[in-house]
Amino acid sequence: MNSIVKLADSPDFDVPALRREFPLLSRAVNGHPLAYLDNAASAQRPARVIEALDDYQRRHHANVHRGVHALSQEATALFEAARERLVKFVNAGSIKELIFTRGTTEAINLVAQSYARSTLKAGDEILITGLEHHANIVPWQMVCEQTGAKLVVAPIDRDGEVHAAQVEALMGPRVRILAFAHASNALGTILPAQALIAAARARGITTVVDGAQAIPHMKVDVRELACDFYAFSSHKMFGPTGIGALFGREALLEKMPPWQGGGDMILTVSFAKTTYNALPHKFEAGTPNIEGAVGLGAAVDFLNSLDLRAAHAHEHNLLCYATRTLSTMPHVRLIGTAREKVSVVSFVVEGVHPHDLGTILDERGIAIRTGHHCAMPVMEFFDVPATARASFAFYNTFEEVDRLAAAVEHARRMFA
Amino acid sequence: MDLADLYRDVILDHNRKPRNFGPLEPADASIEGFNPLCGDRLTLRLRFDGEKISDIKFEGKGCAISTASASLMTEAVKGKTKAEAAHMFDRVHELLTDDNAASSDDLGKLAALSGVREFPARVKCASLCWHTLASALNASPASTLAPISTE
Repeated sequence: MNSIVKLADSPDFDVPALRREFPLLSRAVNGHPLAYLDNAASAQRPARVIEALDDYQRRHHANVHRGVHALSQEATALFEAARERLVKFVNAGSIKELIFTRGTTEAINLVAQSYARSTLKAGDEILITGLEHHANIVPWQMVCEQTGAKLVVAPIDRDGEVHAAQVEALMGPRVRILAFAHASNALGTILPAQALIAAARARGITTVVDGAQAIPHMKVDVRELACDFYAFSSHKMFGPTGIGALFGREALLEKMPPWQGGGDMILTVSFAKTTYNALPHKFEAGTPNIEGAVGLGAAVDFLNSLDLRAAHAHEHNLLCYATRTLSTMPHVRLIGTAREKVSVVSFVVEGVHPHDLGTILDERGIAIRTGHHCAMPVMEFFDVPATARASFAFYNTFEEVDRLAAAVEHARRMFA
Repeated sequence: MDLADLYRDVILDHNRKPRNFGPLEPADASIEGFNPLCGDRLTLRLRFDGEKISDIKFEGKGCAISTASASLMTEAVKGKTKAEAAHMFDRVHELLTDDNAASSDDLGKLAALSGVREFPARVKCASLCWHTLASALNASPASTLAPISTE
């Protein structure tokens, strides 16, 4: 087992002050202060995001891209300003490369149904890894059924790592698409994105990155990564639910057919012929989640206001501390011990089913995720029906890790 | 909400030492129950003597609530008629979901499941085996039974 030994530099990072910006973190659950350790499922929102949503709804709401009246213009300006913030945040080339979606899942489905479905032929291959979330498996299985393409799965090892060389070995002449998670939601493993993308590009393979778990924890630069598509969700990065985005390389997006038809994605419609709107609107049929985009824009502003390097170092320290603490407990087995991880610790406790553990922790105000984490193949690989998963954000504390460990020990004694 | 009410001694005991756990060959009915929420699975096998459940066993992986519930259930319905078992299903279902459930005094050890009601997220854990049993009682022949899901 690889163990994490290196502690990142401990910069002066004021966690208590940061926590005060998140109103929900001060509440109690079951008579205890909340320890929110389920950030990989959904992160909490800073006051700035809540206020942006409130302000939009109280003062600016109307439909976008339509009216000549003041409110419609204000809503459109706010919506498009949020897009521009995201373009900068992930370093996309222009607004044409940044499409709003309902989240990562919809973004991947967009690529599958528009790009993959229109280009794949029977016998072509889509390569994924054994670490994927269902959202990066099922859309590809659906497009395989539609086109006769085949899904190929790259292996993971006992630490939950994906080795670039093993993935590269599977990049045969029929592989057209490589889709992988930048970071695993179930285990926290950071995949060797740069190496995977470089190997795929050298073979003309299109790359699709599920960035849902990476974007809250590391600087993402889509042009430096040189991927073709990058999908992510707002609610993992302290914004509202129901909104996310797809970065796509402009040259590819231009050639792709729309995947949903309706308003906003057209220039002209007649019964004889419809012409589609320009990017990015071609892929945004119907009235979008305007307040969601505004909230996401505010989340980006919030992230930009932080010393992100220090925030990520604090998360890494929490990960190391939790890993060390739990791995010294004799009845705890860590699932996922990759060398490079985001701040996610998945584990099982001998004699205590994860579901029972979740209930016992909840009674102490500690929120973790228990279950298969929408990654059933990963659970099958490690031969566990489920795991307990603690996932940390930069607002979590070492004391919360201690409370987690104490509650785990309490649960073990209860079932011994 | 009191954890001690959920994890009563009877529950912890049946989780540690599940009764009627293991294979049953040959069986007159074999049916699989699945809780997609938590990944729990159990297989229930029954032998009938006319209308009577002459033997019942279960196998699978599950949380303490689902394991104890299945263990308690097999103890309770073994030797009972199908109609008696079906009535017991109704009573336990009421116990798990209805705040105004009738007194559970006559349910014996099954009454220990009443604490689950205060934990709505866990009701499916306790009811999985019972739904699986109900399906086994209602359908025949056994070979055509589809797996039971709590979703």
